[in-house]
Amino acid sequence: MGSEDIWIIGSNMTKFGKHPERDVVDLASEASVAALHDAEMTMSDIGVIGVGNLMNAGAGIGQQLQKQIGQTGIPVFNVSNACATGATALRVAIMAVKAGETDVGMAVGVEKLAGAGLLGQKGPKPKSETWEPSGRFGAIGSTEGRIGTNIMPGVFAQIGMEYGHKYGGTSFELFAKISEKNHAHSTLNPLAAYQKRFTLDEIMNDVMIAYPNTRPMCSGNCDGAAAMIVVNDSKLKSLPASVRKRAVKISASVLTSDPWAEGCQVLPDVNTLTRNAATQAYEQAGIGPEDLDLVELHDCFATAELVHYDNLMLCEQGGAVDFFESGAPWRDGSKPVNVSGGLQSKGHPIAATGIANIHEIVTHLRGEAGDRQIVGAKVGLAHVIGLGSACGVHILEKAA
Amino acid sequence: MAESDVTGSMEQVPFVDYLVLGEEPYLRANECQNCQARFFDRRNACASCFGNEFTNVKVATIGEITSFTIVEMGPMPYVSAIVDCDGTPVRCTLTGVEASPEAVQLGMKVELTTYSMGEDSGGTEAIAFGFAPTK
Repeated sequence: MGSEDIWIIGSNMTKFGKHPERDVVDLASEASVAALHDAEMTMSDIGVIGVGNLMNAGAGIGQQLQKQIGQTGIPVFNVSNACATGATALRVAIMAVKAGETDVGMAVGVEKLAGAGLLGQKGPKPKSETWEPSGRFGAIGSTEGRIGTNIMPGVFAQIGMEYGHKYGGTSFELFAKISEKNHAHSTLNPLAAYQKRFTLDEIMNDVMIAYPNTRPMCSGNCDGAAAMIVVNDSKLKSLPASVRKRAVKISASVLTSDPWAEGCQVLPDVNTLTRNAATQAYEQAGIGPEDLDLVELHDCFATAELVHYDNLMLCEQGGAVDFFESGAPWRDGSKPVNVSGGLQSKGHPIAATGIANIHEIVTHLRGEAGDRQIVGAKVGLAHVIGLGSACGVHILEKAA
Repeated sequence: MAESDVTGSMEQVPFVDYLVLGEEPYLRANECQNCQARFFDRRNACASCFGNEFTNVKVATIGEITSFTIVEMGPMPYVSAIVDCDGTPVRCTLTGVEASPEAVQLGMKVELTTYSMGEDSGGTEAIAFGFAPTK
């Protein structure tokens, strides 16, 4: 990165789940106030805010948040970048601090999705008396089901199946076992939306959504928010010892979009941009995948987790099945992945996800993860991907 | 009867504009003249090399399944597949095969098929495409 390191000094996430009594501003406020408290700061210290919210992208949630917790006139950037929205909000805060525009930045991600149902499915078009071509392909009706699928569980199922076609070794059972791991992990995370352990049989015999993804193998729509306070080196030095000793270094912060690859406009290529982001992040941090003590990656579906073992280079190219079968990504394995329970159990309030995964790493590096603590964790990686596509990778290190 | 002559030359529209109807229907791609990247939508420039000259090309009508899923949400399960048509990936719904993991295999050979979606109030018939196991 540049001359000055960037540090996380305040971090918080709400419990993910159903919050019927509270709106997005309530949830964003809860996480933001708690993150400020964690950093021993108030809104008067903050120089810039990046705020992510996907479902109300035009509503100025950042300004609404300020009206609830402190209107100081600072610049607010409301961002939206699919499931990478939270990571994008954090990138905005980090870029502003790195650019020297301010010493202290705040990032917030918030979403209310409980009961939103299946995302990516367009409703039926109004019936016309005659065939009317419309859209970029001149389609005379909804392409869903007619030309394959665009629904998220189906798209990500195909992404996992494609990996199986390329390298072999995948099966319905293998993908279900990945889900079994994450649900087992979730039992130790009190902030997860679902903390239920499932047997492999229960997962495989649950409702099939898009083969091979059954319902527990899909991320849960839920409500939640996460917030983070970042500062540069010089600011950190001026802060109390109690804040400094819990500071976590951002050794790499990368956001990529999907470069051209043959077929990427037919089935989204979530691999190349993730591999690119990981490569850049390892280079920025001067850290390799072998140095990571834990990883939070974007398991929006069980089929997605498999391909990202490979994309993040946690295994050799083509070796994701062997990597999983070795037991490495279980919390007592050599490379714990998604000890939070992942999106399949922790839940996936879209814009909060890209900050909440970083919060999980921060919590372990601070040694504050309670029952699910990865003992002695010093380095962690958080990955998020938004279809379309955008990929965020952050590498964090415990303060020396 | 005069009516049957009319029916015989009934007007048809393709479900999407890249499906070309006729004796031997095929999918049409816009191919970049510079780098040969292929696209199914209208283009302003090439996403790969930024070139702006394209040629209409015929995509191979036989291919191999490189990925699939069976979508079980909704009234009828269906198989969505990615088919590698001689180097050009195509997304489609499989036809002529049961929507079950036992009936579909990765690497399976499939070919382009077309079917009628029915007529609109003006008597125009819509034709959609799918891919079905090769015979």
